[in-house]
Amino acid sequence: MFATVGERAVRGVTVQHLNMWWFTYSSGLRKSYREVIDVSWGDPHRAGVKPLSFVRQVLAACLYSELMDGDKLMVDVKQRAQRLLGTCAGGSVGSYCATAGIPQTLQSVSQYIMRRDGGVPCHPENIYISPGSQWALTNILKVLVNSEASPRTGVLIPVPCHSTTIISLTTLGAVAVPYYLREERGWALEMEELQRALDSAKGVCNPVALYMINPGNPAGYVQSRKSIQEVIRFAAEKKLFLLADEVFQDCVYGKESEFVSYKRALAEIGAPLSDSVELASFHTASKGLMGECGLRTGYVELVNLDPAVMKHINNLFSTNSCPILGQIALDVMVNPPQPGDPSYPLYLKVRHFYLPASLAQNVRRVEEVINSFPDFSCQPLEGGAFAFPRLFLPPKAIERAKEAGLQPDTFYCLRLLEEAGVLFSPGTEYGQKEGTYHIRFCIMTPSDTMEEILRRLSAFHEQFMKEFS
Amino acid sequence: MSQQAVNGVPCRGKVLTVENMNPNVKRVEYAVRGPIVQRAVQIEKELREGVKKPFTEVIKANIGDAQAMGQRPITFFRQVLALCSYPELLEDNKFPEDAKQRARRILDACGGHSIGAYSASQGIECIRQDVACYIERRDGGIPSNPDNIYLSTGASDAIVTILKLLVCGEGRDRTGVMISIPQYPLYSAALADLAAVQINYYLDEDNCWSLNVAELKRALNEAKQHCKPRVLCIINPGNPTGQVQSRQCIEDVIRFAKEEHLFLMADEVYQDNVYAEGCKFHSFKKVLFEMGPEYSSTVEMASFHSTSKCYMGECGFRGGYMEVINMDPEVKAQLTKLVSVRLCPPVPGQALLDLVVNPPQPDEPSYTSFMKERTAVLAALAEKARLTEEIFNTVPGITCNPVQGAMYTFPRITLPPKAIDKAKAEGKVPDMFYCMKLLEEEGICLVPGSGFGQKDGTFHFRFASLVMLILQKYSHSLNFSPFCLITTNFSAFHGFFFLFFCFTS
Repeated sequence: MFATVGERAVRGVTVQHLNMWWFTYSSGLRKSYREVIDVSWGDPHRAGVKPLSFVRQVLAACLYSELMDGDKLMVDVKQRAQRLLGTCAGGSVGSYCATAGIPQTLQSVSQYIMRRDGGVPCHPENIYISPGSQWALTNILKVLVNSEASPRTGVLIPVPCHSTTIISLTTLGAVAVPYYLREERGWALEMEELQRALDSAKGVCNPVALYMINPGNPAGYVQSRKSIQEVIRFAAEKKLFLLADEVFQDCVYGKESEFVSYKRALAEIGAPLSDSVELASFHTASKGLMGECGLRTGYVELVNLDPAVMKHINNLFSTNSCPILGQIALDVMVNPPQPGDPSYPLYLKVRHFYLPASLAQNVRRVEEVINSFPDFSCQPLEGGAFAFPRLFLPPKAIERAKEAGLQPDTFYCLRLLEEAGVLFSPGTEYGQKEGTYHIRFCIMTPSDTMEEILRRLSAFHEQFMKEFS
Repeated sequence: MSQQAVNGVPCRGKVLTVENMNPNVKRVEYAVRGPIVQRAVQIEKELREGVKKPFTEVIKANIGDAQAMGQRPITFFRQVLALCSYPELLEDNKFPEDAKQRARRILDACGGHSIGAYSASQGIECIRQDVACYIERRDGGIPSNPDNIYLSTGASDAIVTILKLLVCGEGRDRTGVMISIPQYPLYSAALADLAAVQINYYLDEDNCWSLNVAELKRALNEAKQHCKPRVLCIINPGNPTGQVQSRQCIEDVIRFAKEEHLFLMADEVYQDNVYAEGCKFHSFKKVLFEMGPEYSSTVEMASFHSTSKCYMGECGFRGGYMEVINMDPEVKAQLTKLVSVRLCPPVPGQALLDLVVNPPQPDEPSYTSFMKERTAVLAALAEKARLTEEIFNTVPGITCNPVQGAMYTFPRITLPPKAIDKAKAEGKVPDMFYCMKLLEEEGICLVPGSGFGQKDGTFHFRFASLVMLILQKYSHSLNFSPFCLITTNFSAFHGFFFLFFCFTS
């Protein structure tokens, strides 16, 4: 099902063709568009969303403290910068920090987690801040995956799944054991399917961990509390280590949806499971409405791990620490401006009105437009940063793709790029049920950008389907 | 989630245990942040809680962190980075024009004009171009191709990535990696993690930690019996030893690598930190190309640099790069894929690197103040290195080689036999035993030589000479010069230690 590292790349064929497109454009060939809209990344800033002012002002003040003398920055910005600089060695963002991160930031993160989980205790010594959540995930996988073992270590992963995790797994010598989410039921996770996946591993590998993405990527589902608790019980029964990728926990917009963390659900189940099921949950400053992907900061919280194993995990994290600027942004993310702070009104306006409204509008329009086509369908978007609609491609298009040596959805995306100047990524990169085709694109864009994307996509799609009918 | 689970009460029935976890990870140790530092952090906590100790502050001389010791960042760099973080400041006339121009250029190269967007995995293209130009200027015009430049999350990230690429094979064919003893323990940690075979070649302490090809040959030949040697790592200027390789030595190493078909890894993060008279930094790449096409078109190499050391001291940005030379194109394609798993290096670190390789020029407004700051920092570092060497050589039982470069001293200590016995009885390595006692009694945190590797029967510690920057701070309030402070405390400790273990039964 999943190709080896040698055959898969995170960005695959599409990026090479982006380069080819630039070459074509710059050599004067006429196109119907002036610039490419790249929504193949989960990157709001790249898609045109502006950074939050408060966090950027704090970063600037931390970088160049002369700014604190002027009157350009508000009082709460200066106070925050001063406090955060005080937590850095030598009062500078240029120093190293302790292995797991700046202690006060770890404290802030643990308090955030407690608030999020309705008071479930969180201990800072179980948290490691790293240069991105994938970095932390790779470290935890390193501990779990014994590449010398026979049979090889297996990790259950969802289909579809974002490609970086798959590559990490295969690079470490683990076997990816796929379990298929049920698209027709809004990408629901069915327990029988988890069991089937586990059974399929017999004789192939030794499954030790279960990787969940909630909210989903690329598919935009949000798991229910009930589903999460079923998964936890399954993991307990089958002796699986739970890896909960929750980087989109702040991106939930489905009307009936609620983000419940795996940790909280575990606590609510109660003893003995709450004291024994081993869990690693991942979060980041890259996603959510702050979207500071380029700062490279994420963290893992480790729950119920053997203390002897924790010592070794500490050694792994000690060899490279997280950028300080990213930790400053993380601190702001978990401790945003409060009512009464001078920066609060603008923060409220952008973070709690403008951005969510813009996103809700995008969701509505994407579902509307995509579902208006007979050969295009989009499950309800409940959370995350992407739409992952299904394409029902005509046989002629599939044939043409095969002749070109391409997967059908890759072929569609290339044509979309060349003819409409919109860059999506093909479902092939994420895994999908045999014979089905999908495309993924980021929906965290300014509303007018999304309108333009949908306009170009609609025009292209009609044309494409006509051509291959 | 009971507190018990956190506090170490044995937990039964775990999925992940020390027995079934990846055995390679169990072998990973990183002395620079190892047990002694953990104890130091604990002591600091105890001090904050009011516990009485013979000292009021722990002096953390374990890590090469200049700004933690009070070294000031370069103003120009911080101005540009502030402008990149909050571009509204581009309207502010307090910022010089050259800073604004660089900020605009960097932002233009970022997705959505934001340093918060992901960049290409290999790094922002115009920054890689600037790095290539810097390398060309540094190396007297020898061309550098931006496609061979990979930006990274500190040099450490790039080093580990290359090792990942190079380590393969089973049993007697398992990749062997040659590394100096003493070495910077990132290497041993990475090799343990990757289950590579570590091949130790010893630097010559009696000759200022010089590298001998004869020793390289000895190590290699011995290793050939149980592994497949493929890589030779050199740290120049050295860490922890501070030696700066002569041009002749570098040529000899390159010749050796070619003869034995080894991939060269040249860790050059301290390239601006050269102090000793008659010492000069020669980049491996420059020497390689000056040796002619027989070498320059065949020897495969990666050189590493970073924003953490030199005069910048910006460790917290995690900025760095590597340049790969003569790498097989198919392997390079795999390398490009491997770096994509990290998504991209931190963009502020990339921006900072751009400024390091593209600093203010003589005709620009910020040039004078930039050069003044840079010169002052490098001079201060040189002075601290000299001072530290001088101080340790006054303490009986401690001898210190001249510090030619980098940021550390690696003095040798003579330990009385009874101390060694006591250490062994407590299950400790003797120099760890010494350093732990020094920490508990004097509040000075060093890294024992065993963390870096040393000849059997010898003992050392690594002391970051940067620490003298902070002691300067103390000296004003205590009327002590750093010289006196360290000599007094250290001599007292060392003398007592000696006496204690000579005369106790």
